[in-house]
Amino acid sequence: MTNQELIAKLKAIVSPYIQDEEAFKNLSEDTDFVKDLKINSANLVDIILDIEDEFDIRLENEDMEKMLDVKSAMAIVNTKLAG
Amino acid sequence: MKKRVVITGLGVVAPNGVGVSDFTESLKQGKSGIMFHQELKDLNFSCQIGGIPNISDDLKSKYFTDLQLRGFNSSGILYGCIAGIDAWKDAGFDTNPDSKLDYQTGLIFGTGTSGVEKFREAIYKLDEGNVRRLGSTVVLQTMASGVSAYLSGMLGLGNQVTTNSSACTTGTEAILMGFERIQNGNAKRMLVGSCSDHGPYVWGGFDAMRVMTYKHNDSPKQGSRPMSATASGFVPGSGAGALVLESLDSALERGAKIYAEVLGGEINSGGQRQGGTLTAPNAEAVQRCIKKAIENSGINASEIEVINGHLTATSKDALEIENWSKALNRDGKDFPYLNATKSMVGHCLAAAGAIESVASVIQLNEQFVSPNINCEDLHPEIEKLVASEHIPTEKIDLNFNTIAKASFGFGDVNACVIFKKYQE
Repeated sequence: MTNQELIAKLKAIVSPYIQDEEAFKNLSEDTDFVKDLKINSANLVDIILDIEDEFDIRLENEDMEKMLDVKSAMAIVNTKLAG
Repeated sequence: MKKRVVITGLGVVAPNGVGVSDFTESLKQGKSGIMFHQELKDLNFSCQIGGIPNISDDLKSKYFTDLQLRGFNSSGILYGCIAGIDAWKDAGFDTNPDSKLDYQTGLIFGTGTSGVEKFREAIYKLDEGNVRRLGSTVVLQTMASGVSAYLSGMLGLGNQVTTNSSACTTGTEAILMGFERIQNGNAKRMLVGSCSDHGPYVWGGFDAMRVMTYKHNDSPKQGSRPMSATASGFVPGSGAGALVLESLDSALERGAKIYAEVLGGEINSGGQRQGGTLTAPNAEAVQRCIKKAIENSGINASEIEVINGHLTATSKDALEIENWSKALNRDGKDFPYLNATKSMVGHCLAAAGAIESVASVIQLNEQFVSPNINCEDLHPEIEKLVASEHIPTEKIDLNFNTIAKASFGFGDVNACVIFKKYQE
């Protein structure tokens, strides 16, 4: 999977939770889930579950703590897929 | 000097009508909202009929965002929010997510239990060792105050926001708690009401107690028969009712439409003494509750013209009417007109008091008494106490000023509220 493909998949996953359309339109590796997309922090656990379902992986509490922006989400998903 | 309190908004989600205008039409026509439910049959319920409000996905999306509806499975919160928002808009307010916080308006919205189906989903996952996969909204949907949490956020309310719970008395109690808060000057407005989930997981316990009718699975609309000689248990219902209570000063100041005045009421308990139990009422306490409600309203028993009873269609209906008769010291032709909204919507449990109070205010405002359906065969014990023409089976138009509404609940708890047509 290319980075572009991965970003597209993540973008689709977070779309129901975002509260800032403008930041969502310009989503990049540097986009922060809470600060930029204004996602309610309680919804981060829902995003984790949706990522697990999409990629058929399991994310641990430690992964969850790190997954605060698009870049870290990509890194964690790539690591899990490689493992 | 205590403040006068009036009703300036109504909202209702009932098995026989969603929204005040549909519900009013159903009340006038004597339309039943009770239907057969295959799900109950498949689960081996004795009673396979019930009342469930008809809410389309389109309607849902007018009140909830797509995000709020993700993984949403709490029918009580759904009904409560629709009724609450309707009442708020009916009172002349808008719902704007960026509105300024309103410290002068609070919310008391009751329920018996919340999000039972969501809780069931969660329990299955949890028992499989998958607690980590419950998602973020199990708590919000299953906490008793879930409905208050959702609703107050939609409206931006900044006064007291809470949930009360007192079995089938809940809705009527919520009205009186909000009333007192305004009367005492602690809030200008209170959105009050109650809601109840539908479905087998709420209704099953009652089926097991054999207090629901099993004789009308083939004739659901005839199933809910308060005051009938052939009443054989209640029919379960669900939904929500909501009222905007407001100080008279505030209502006049903003030129609001006034449906009625809340004169007063009383809340008490029979303490499970003198014949009262967890499930049966202490008659003396019921009578005291009615008498005190009248006294607190500053009127005489002779001024009550219509009663909207608790009247569930169990063997307790005759006892309830005996209690009214003793408390008011009135019988026969002197007994007020009697109204059993449950004949059309079933027993909406925690939502009952609110839905039936909305029905009471609608009848007062539009000056009619709705039909008591399914009691063509009035129970002989009741006929001894009340002239049968005061228990109409067809709608009657009536000029009247005062209606009493009472609800009684498991745990031997009672509430009675008096509504009066607003006069300056």
